[in-house]
Amino acid sequence: MSESNGLQPSRRAFLRGGALLMAFTLLPVARRALADTEVDTLGTVVLAADLPGSLRTNPFLDAWIRIGADGITVYTGKVELGTGVKTALLQIAAERLQVPATSINLLTADTALTPNEGYTAGSHSIFDSGTALYNAAAQVREMLVEAAARSWQVDAALLSTRDGVIEGPAAQRMSYADAVKHVDVHQYAKAQSPAMAAADFKLIGHSLPRLDIPAKVSGGAAFVQDMRLPGMLHARVIRPPRPGCTLQAFDAASIEALAGVVKVIRDGNYLAVVAGDEWQAIKAMRRASEVTQWSGGEAIPEAAEIHGLLKRLPSRRYPISNSGTPNGAADTRFQARVTKQYLMHGSIGPSCAVAWFKDGSLTVWTHTQGVYPLRAGIAEMLGLPPERVRCIHTEGSGCYGHNGADDAAADAALIALRVPGTPVRVQWMREQENLWEPYSSAMVTEVDAGLSRGRLQDWAYELWTTPHNERIVNAGRLLPARLLARPFASAPSVPIAQPEGDGDRNAVPLYELNSTRINMTFVTEMPFRTSAMRSLGAHINIFAIEASIDELAIRAGIDAVALRLAHLSDPRARAVVERVRDEIGWPQKSNEPGAGIGFAFARYKNIMGYCAIAVKLRVHSQTGEIRIDHVVTAVDVGQIVSPDGLRNQVEGGIVQSASWTLYEKVAYDAGGIRSYDWSGYPILRFTQLPKKVDVHLLDQPGEPFLGAAEIVQGPMAAALGNAVANATGRRWLNLPLTRSNPPA
Amino acid sequence: MSQITLNVNGAAQPLELEPDMPLLYALRNHLNLNGAKYGCGLGQCGACTVIVDDQPVFACLTPCAGLEGKKIRTVESLGSAEKPGPLQTAFIEKQAAQCGYCIAGMLMRAQALLERNRHPDEATILEHMAGNLCRCGTHLRIIEAIKQVAGHNGSLT
Repeated sequence: MSESNGLQPSRRAFLRGGALLMAFTLLPVARRALADTEVDTLGTVVLAADLPGSLRTNPFLDAWIRIGADGITVYTGKVELGTGVKTALLQIAAERLQVPATSINLLTADTALTPNEGYTAGSHSIFDSGTALYNAAAQVREMLVEAAARSWQVDAALLSTRDGVIEGPAAQRMSYADAVKHVDVHQYAKAQSPAMAAADFKLIGHSLPRLDIPAKVSGGAAFVQDMRLPGMLHARVIRPPRPGCTLQAFDAASIEALAGVVKVIRDGNYLAVVAGDEWQAIKAMRRASEVTQWSGGEAIPEAAEIHGLLKRLPSRRYPISNSGTPNGAADTRFQARVTKQYLMHGSIGPSCAVAWFKDGSLTVWTHTQGVYPLRAGIAEMLGLPPERVRCIHTEGSGCYGHNGADDAAADAALIALRVPGTPVRVQWMREQENLWEPYSSAMVTEVDAGLSRGRLQDWAYELWTTPHNERIVNAGRLLPARLLARPFASAPSVPIAQPEGDGDRNAVPLYELNSTRINMTFVTEMPFRTSAMRSLGAHINIFAIEASIDELAIRAGIDAVALRLAHLSDPRARAVVERVRDEIGWPQKSNEPGAGIGFAFARYKNIMGYCAIAVKLRVHSQTGEIRIDHVVTAVDVGQIVSPDGLRNQVEGGIVQSASWTLYEKVAYDAGGIRSYDWSGYPILRFTQLPKKVDVHLLDQPGEPFLGAAEIVQGPMAAALGNAVANATGRRWLNLPLTRSNPPA
Repeated sequence: MSQITLNVNGAAQPLELEPDMPLLYALRNHLNLNGAKYGCGLGQCGACTVIVDDQPVFACLTPCAGLEGKKIRTVESLGSAEKPGPLQTAFIEKQAAQCGYCIAGMLMRAQALLERNRHPDEATILEHMAGNLCRCGTHLRIIEAIKQVAGHNGSLT
């Protein structure tokens, strides 16, 4: 495609070297229209600020727990993304109701049934929903016991419960189902819940085998991809070669004539085919791609120029941290520029959804992270009242953030309205997922840090980023809605506020500093759609902070772990650092050629889980190939719900972050995105696995749940970077480490 | 459309198919078997891995037309959620899944190795499994589960 063919002027600006318009505003301290967390981006309203967890937004007890003759049903607005959260939430609810886990039917996000807990994101599920269930379940149980006590006219303290039955001192027995008849569960939760000693937990803190694994190893219907509804049709979409293209010519009749094709849909630049059989739909999609002609399209920059470009694009600047008064003291100083390229979520299963428009109502089965925001977006896109749209979460392939899930659901919804009465399944192809999923932002950061007589002094840090939270706050955030003849425009981008942070997540070091001057430049017009991917900016920010600490220590001749400990006062932070230091035998490394050892620490968002990690690796002197020999980590996520589930998440984070940090970048140039398949976006394979991984869990019985899934991403990246520096004697600051230019 | 008989999990299945249809779609849509997954359609990720005769193959790439007379096995042939086979049991015991989308393909690739080499060492397992991708980072547990079966002499079915 010719670049000069109808490029949009507004998008063209950034290609014109120095002649670029800079839209640049320094906002006052109070930010406008910020999301507090990536969870409550839309639609969650705080109704009871004094209640714990998601009871704040969903205070009625019967939103969470219902007991009837048919058993106990527990509701959560969170979804299973492959982290095991469904099993962990069940453990919490069963523990506090004091019933066997098998006696509970746990329902996850469904707009017709469950509370609105916004998005399942940001390591928030146990923190939000787990905390809500921990309290709601105990309060419901207490109400049941009190009802039985009233009925028997005995002191409630004399009653006990076992397996869903209340037992009295004179051998009275009353089932929960009977007791609930005397209780009004439709009431606000109380701020205080019955206490339970952590030592008495029978389920929390114990590893319950995950509920979903047996079906997943045996071909059970475990995913939305596996749904088969009566008479279900199969659809495929035909996307333009790049965003912003205009459909010039399309011979619909030639596609309608193909075997099995039921319908061809054209609405502006939106194209889809519907067939009775999936393979026929794929062949029709391929043929349609061949016969369509597109023009124009947004310009795509050269990958090598992106980090300069990020500094020139229209943006807003946000002050992030301004503490203390700079003193300029530094006997040792480190100044550096750190970069990362765009990353893909790279779900193994491309996005998929099933939708059915019947009797004026639409049902969508989707692997979205947020059924309620998605429902609002789809309703707006289709002009339907929200109550006519139901979104039901059905598991998909792991997403790791905002991938194509919502967009595929919007595709299914658009298509279902055009085949009323018949369910339709839409499956994106690999190249569609790779070209159209929202990426994790390319970023640049610049650090200037000083050390004087062994103490960290002034810390200046600037970062440039595109959005990390383009969630579904309106129809325009849904990609298909932008392609329609009457297109919807995306809502303006706003970053997530501190302390959760957006591109600035974990931009503020937890270390004691004399002063901070930390700012974020938030790019608002950009060449690629970007949104949430695990840990958001924390991946590069922790990499940059920990590289700086490491380099200051080296230059000052101080042990890097000792320097960290000298600036950490939080005993839980110190505990994970000391544990890893001792377990790996810091700073001893192997004496093989190219060997290195690296250390890193962070507390996720400075308010959630703690993670320290050390990596031993070898860098091949000729090829630069990196072999990870040993990883040791210690994590503290508060009260552990499932030790094995936590371990699984931490191991996964180590491997996934190793892949991002060593190997991954979206390949693109002015001609387009080149990473349309796995050959153009290589990720870690089995032969590149760390040889040995040791995970130490520092449990905090009775302490709040802090969340686990994203705590390792940043520290693992940083430990790898520090180990490579240790192995090579050079500071590598461009990610990915093995596929970027070496240090000058 | 052609009449094609596929031998799947020990049963002859006469099917009315377009002969260029990749095996994946015949398994999923004509035989209602969920195990083989669509991942890339390009033979790059292994989510669709099944065993044909004794070889692991990418079902997304293999047209049905050439498969008559061959013995096709999917993960459903190894056991069920209620009665899992030895390798499935090892995956459950090691909790070797996160999202689990890649897992059926992992099982079939590993099964093919174990049938031909009952006690592979770790390096052999890693090399053999390198054709299959996992994005959650469950690799360490997948290897542990395969090693568990490689380390005993029990039956593979």
